[in-house]
This record gives sequence, structure tokens and C-alpha cells, in this order.
Amino acid sequence: MGPGDSVVMTTMDDVINWGRSNSLWPLTFGLACCAIEMMATGAADYDLERFGCGVFRATPRQADLMIVAGTVTLKMASRIRMLYEQMPDPKWVISMGSCSNKGGPYWHEGYHVLKGVDRVIPVDIYVPGCPPRPETLIEAIMMLQKKIQVQEAALGPLGFLRNHL
Amino acid sequence: MTNDEIFLKLSERFPQGILGKEETKPDCSLKVDPSAIHEVLKFLRDELNFETLHCVTGIDYPALPALCVLYHPGSYTHKTIIALKVYLPRTDDAKVSSVTDLYKAANWHERETYDMYGIQFTNHPDLRRILCPEDWVGFPLRKDYVTPDYYNGMPVPLSFGDDSAAEGGSTKEGAH
Repeated sequence: MGPGDSVVMTTMDDVINWGRSNSLWPLTFGLACCAIEMMATGAADYDLERFGCGVFRATPRQADLMIVAGTVTLKMASRIRMLYEQMPDPKWVISMGSCSNKGGPYWHEGYHVLKGVDRVIPVDIYVPGCPPRPETLIEAIMMLQKKIQVQEAALGPLGFLRNHL
Repeated sequence: MTNDEIFLKLSERFPQGILGKEETKPDCSLKVDPSAIHEVLKFLRDELNFETLHCVTGIDYPALPALCVLYHPGSYTHKTIIALKVYLPRTDDAKVSSVTDLYKAANWHERETYDMYGIQFTNHPDLRRILCPEDWVGFPLRKDYVTPDYYNGMPVPLSFGDDSAAEGGSTKEGAH
């Protein structure tokens, strides 16, 4: 709790963060083989719905989590940037797999691959693996939920209250 | 018909167009004159039951120097695939006739060959880049291609940015 934060505000943070972290809506968005694992994670066997994270949205306007699953080519990078900017705040990014973390197998000779999606958009969680197993992605989502739960939540219309309470 | 019989037929039919046979592995290939490739493939399709064109691709030989276009027409009748090679001068305006009017499959293959090697296909209906972005500079699979430092403001080599000290040097050193 920082100076100026009241009991009311921190309680409000807890409530909003609880809601946000347990209703993450990812963007339907796959780039390469990692997307197969992401689909498996969303399907019945691994059942991402248990974590409130299975509602893959078909438009960035309704999504608040971007899972960059696969190789980010230079051609795709500007599109990813545009999709990220179309998502409403607050928004989070999981970089899934070696390719989007650091270029993966294309790290040295790949003339067409962006060496890490963090060169165009900010990333919250990096998931190692090629491709990562669904358990790894679920672990990453749980880590992201923990990250959301400790941040100052009251943004947007409620933000002004932080200075008045 | 075996491949040898097909090669013999082609050599008899096109004494000028067939320049020779290359003993490449696993299958040998025929060297075809650039001006003859269209009629050779037309003959293969219409007379010798080569119904499909499996692949069109390019090869860069900086040592010769030459650019090569490699055709793989296939026949379900003879249960075989043969290889035809067309050697072009290793310049930016290397040209060969398109075979899209014979085989529809050649359309995208020729676009990819153009995209990667810069080989022009005359009479192609829509010769644009197919994989690289339209504003891409250069032809990436040429052996002397140098990876650009930036594309649209994005750094391309790994050694840019915060990890330059750890990696040491640009990726250009890897261009063999």
C-alpha cells in the first residue's frame, strides 16, 4: 500500500483485480505450431475454462490478453502491433514459445523473423519451449493472474477516486 | 516408360533445346535451353502424359555463375517424375518463359521463385512477391544476399538492442 492509498482503494483494487484476473479473454490468434498447443490448451483435455481464460475472442476490441503463439515474421510484426493497439486497456501479452521470445530456430540466419515479439509490443510473461506443452501455458496464465492480482487496478473512470479517497 | 526412354525421346524431338544430361543424385536431370522450356513442357504434357507439375523452384550457383530454374513434371501414367534444369545468367534481369498457361500449379511456384531469386517469368499473369512483403528489398535466397539491419524501423539481426554485448557482432558474419 503506497502513501495516499486508503483502505477503500486497496479493497477496490482487490475486487477489480479479482474480476480481471479470473476473466481473461484471449485473442483468437495463432501464428505457427505453438497455436496448436494453444488450441489444445483451450480444448476439453486441458480445459482453460477452469481458469476463466477460455473465451477466445474473434476481435481485439473484446480481448484483454494476447497470446503470441508462434513465429513472428517481419511481415506479421506490424499487424501484431496493430492488433495490440486495437485491444482496450487494460491488456496483457503472453509470449508463447521460443520463436516469439527470441526468434527461436531462426535466431541467427532468419532474415524474415523478428527476434522477439518484445521488439514491437510489451510482454508480461515469456513461456519457454518449442512448442511449450499446454501445462506450461496454463502455468504462464496462472503467473499472469498472480501478476494482475497485485497491481493497482483502478484505472479509467475510477482512477480519479484514488486522489480523493 | 522409364526416365531414360523419356530423356531419349526428348533429345530426339528437341535436338537444339536439350543441352545435355546431368548425373545428379538420386535422379538425373536434363539441361534445357531457356528458350525451349515452354515447348518441352508442352510436349511432355500433350504427348508424353505428364499430367502434373510437382514443383518449380530456383537454385543459385555463384561459382558458375548461374541462376537455375528447376522443373519437376510428373506423370501418373508412367509413375515417374523427371527433372528439367534451365540455366540463366546470374543477373538481375534473368528471364525465362512462364509455364502457367500449361500448368496452373506453376503460378505460385513461379511467384515464389521470383520472390526468392529475382528470376523474371515472362507472360506470367500476376508476377508479384508471394511470401515476402511487397516493399521487401532484395532476393533472400541468393547466396550473396545480406540481411538488412532494419525493416520498417524494426531491427532484424539478433545482435541489435540490449543483448548486443552478449552476442557480439552482427549476424552478417554468418553469411557464408
